Amino acid sequence: MRDSRLIQRLEPAGLRLAPSQVWGGIRIVPVLRDTVRGDLRLARRTYDEPVSVVTLKGGLKEPGLKYCAYVPHAMVMTWGKKEADAVYGTQLQAPDGKRVKVGPFAVRLLHRMVHREDSHQLRMLPLHLAMEGFMAMHFGGPDIAWTEYSREALSHGLNPRIESAVPGWASAALDGALRTFEIHEQQVGVLLFNADVLLSAFVVAHPEDYRALHRTLLEDFYGELLLQYGFLGAAPELKLSLDAGTIGSLEELRAAVTRMRRDWADFHGFMAGGLFGAEVNSERVYEAGAFLLQRFHTSLVPSAENHVGEAIVGEDGTLEYLKTYRLSASQTRRAYLLQQLASAGWKLDAAAKRLNATQDELAVRLHNAGFGYLLKEHVMEAALRRQGRGH
Amino acid sequence: MAAVAEVRIEQVAREDLVMFVNACFSCTGQREFYGDASGQSVSIEFLHQYILGNYRRLYARTLAAGINHFNQAQIILNLLASGSPAAPEDRGEEGALIAAALRGLPPPRAYRVLESLRARRVNNRRARAIAREYLAGRPDLAFDAVKYRSKLRAAVVHGHVKLEGELGPFLVHGWKKRTYTQPLLEAFRKAHYTQDAVFELPYTVAEGLAQRHGIPRDVFLQRIEPRLTQGERLRLQEAAARDSGQAPPVDLERASLTKLALYILALEPGARKERHAQLHAALERAAARVAGRAPSAPGRVAAVLDNSYSASGSLEKRRRPLGVALAAHYLLSTMARDYRAFWTCPVEDALHVQARGQTDIATPLLEALAWAPDLVVIVSDGYDNDPPHAVAELTRVFRAKLDPARRTALVHVNPVFDADAYAPRSFGTAVPTVGVRDAEDLPTVLGFARFAEGSASLAELEGYLGARVGQLLERDARRRERARAEAEGEVE
Repeated sequence: MRDSRLIQRLEPAGLRLAPSQVWGGIRIVPVLRDTVRGDLRLARRTYDEPVSVVTLKGGLKEPGLKYCAYVPHAMVMTWGKKEADAVYGTQLQAPDGKRVKVGPFAVRLLHRMVHREDSHQLRMLPLHLAMEGFMAMHFGGPDIAWTEYSREALSHGLNPRIESAVPGWASAALDGALRTFEIHEQQVGVLLFNADVLLSAFVVAHPEDYRALHRTLLEDFYGELLLQYGFLGAAPELKLSLDAGTIGSLEELRAAVTRMRRDWADFHGFMAGGLFGAEVNSERVYEAGAFLLQRFHTSLVPSAENHVGEAIVGEDGTLEYLKTYRLSASQTRRAYLLQQLASAGWKLDAAAKRLNATQDELAVRLHNAGFGYLLKEHVMEAALRRQGRGH
Repeated sequence: MAAVAEVRIEQVAREDLVMFVNACFSCTGQREFYGDASGQSVSIEFLHQYILGNYRRLYARTLAAGINHFNQAQIILNLLASGSPAAPEDRGEEGALIAAALRGLPPPRAYRVLESLRARRVNNRRARAIAREYLAGRPDLAFDAVKYRSKLRAAVVHGHVKLEGELGPFLVHGWKKRTYTQPLLEAFRKAHYTQDAVFELPYTVAEGLAQRHGIPRDVFLQRIEPRLTQGERLRLQEAAARDSGQAPPVDLERASLTKLALYILALEPGARKERHAQLHAALERAAARVAGRAPSAPGRVAAVLDNSYSASGSLEKRRRPLGVALAAHYLLSTMARDYRAFWTCPVEDALHVQARGQTDIATPLLEALAWAPDLVVIVSDGYDNDPPHAVAELTRVFRAKLDPARRTALVHVNPVFDADAYAPRSFGTAVPTVGVRDAEDLPTVLGFARFAEGSASLAELEGYLGARVGQLLERDARRRERARAEAEGEVE
């Protein structure tokens, strides 16, 4: 039987949206939670090394699959009523991984994306978990040795697979927006829009945790739209108006303001339609008591808005934790190409047919997407020459 | 056609002036929660130049409107820098206004004006006369010569002022050259060589010399205690308690209302709870003192007070919007016959208020209106975001449909200047917005609100400013009379 906690369609169960606050091009929509369970808490653990190397398989210092990135902090998740109460505010910095000096730099070596530290405690690397899932898609490369593929592709797959993202502090507007943002009392998360395009969603389980984690949003990474659309003008301050004709008493005025609030929530829900209500493919990562940690990605169709993310869902289906990353158009394209190749069994002509293209066109698309190294050099060159793009 | 143009010209002039006076109530050129310091100073600078160029007489009269010290100093400087007006009666009034306003400023600010005259290379006959007259009116120039040494020196040298006795040599020839018979000047000289003389100097001067002598901070604070001014005592409370284990005794009753409110907001929640009775009494006493001077008491008043996160102000103006709200709460509760407060984020006790949460003005405003008051005062920075622009809509509909007869007056008092709009940010057209810097100015500011609403004509505004000028000059004359009587009493 399929686990009901595994997300198929992302729904903001138990959450409510409040009117947005705008700063420059950034619009931040507060996410409120009316009933707080209190048995899942998230705390922040900071790392100050410029690079962290996460061992995905095997031992810490052994050769094997590694994920390298700038990881400014981890989140420590504690569940269970007693443990969550005890842990809140008394978090000690447990030794985590290993710190190695490499010349003038320090590098932190970490065990896996999600690491159990105690019977009710888990350390995870926010967003890197989702990103790693995204990059590991079809990472193994062709599983049948078709003649077009290069020797490296056949033996090492897509290794090394590289994606770039933009840190929050690259955008001065985001800094200002987070600084001047007024956190609601029941707030547990935010939806972050740049030029009114959804960049990221971040939701935790408890309002106090959110208050503590608010400024960490500046250190997290975002899709390149943060910079690209940062050059556009300020997001408009939207106004809703009341219809004076229908109001005859103070009570009706009060009702009208309440309605105005609801309209705001509906409108923001509509603005985030590319994420909430979208079909997602999710994969279970860890089962923590009643909670299921999972990562997911949306359809990966290049014409649509695409997100990858991670979530924790409680046994009653409430969304306790959510963090998403908006894929850029080129990232989506890369994932889509790999998906098409894999579903055609890595056979080039079958994949080209699925894409309504010729085999040469597919080769050029692979080349443009940065996957040129998958094909043998002479195959790629011939395709480029035939497409009029010879070197 | 000409009549239409005339009406329009009058309207523009009125709007310009209201905007300027409003800006002068609140703006200090410092950083705000939403706006940075450079934007603020560029914006206010522009307003000053614009009004000075177009409405010179009214620009000078604004000095009497009850605006804040920063803008008074700016106006004095700009007026002195642009020469005297041509008409003799204007010249007389402007000169008297400048002199009176300068005397009314706190000494550090007044000396800063005189010093800025040098920096801006303003040295006309009027500027020199103003400087001379100001210095002649100072009660204890020797004290000023020690405490504001560089500024006084700048004023004296720049304005060619002849000082009597030892002051000239002390300031101009260098204090090292001789010994003095004036005790304070002599103490200043000695303090460079012996530790004991340090403690006869004003605190701000002694602080640097104590550092040079290597006097431990706790010893210094204990021995300088008798020399501390009221403001310094209030400011040093926590730091001195930390450094020397004992805070200097302060008479909270004597502190001004807004300063007191800001001091209380700087205290830890625990300390506020402990000293609740004392702080509450001090605030009430300070409010009563201000209320005693206020012209008339409104009847049934509701206050909608903003304690959202943006009320925490900026590094330069820490918690000022919240302090103004707290002070306004005490002042209005003292002044009004019937009073209720509605905070945006409800608090049980106003003394424990914190700047936290979103700005939801609509909910408390609806509650306030349901209470049917005569006057609703909204103290807020004007950024309502839950939902955005709800107050503008709400008040518009309220005025249009529920209260067309204007039984309930609405006023928005804004402690924050919005640099982009050249005015304090407003809640739409249905609520007049006035700026404010200290809650003590609230009665003045509420009196000005009818001009912000746009219902009064330019002539009325001119009449209002003219009357304020009369009051200012009268007050100044009385103060000088008193000072002269005191000085003569001492001589006898």
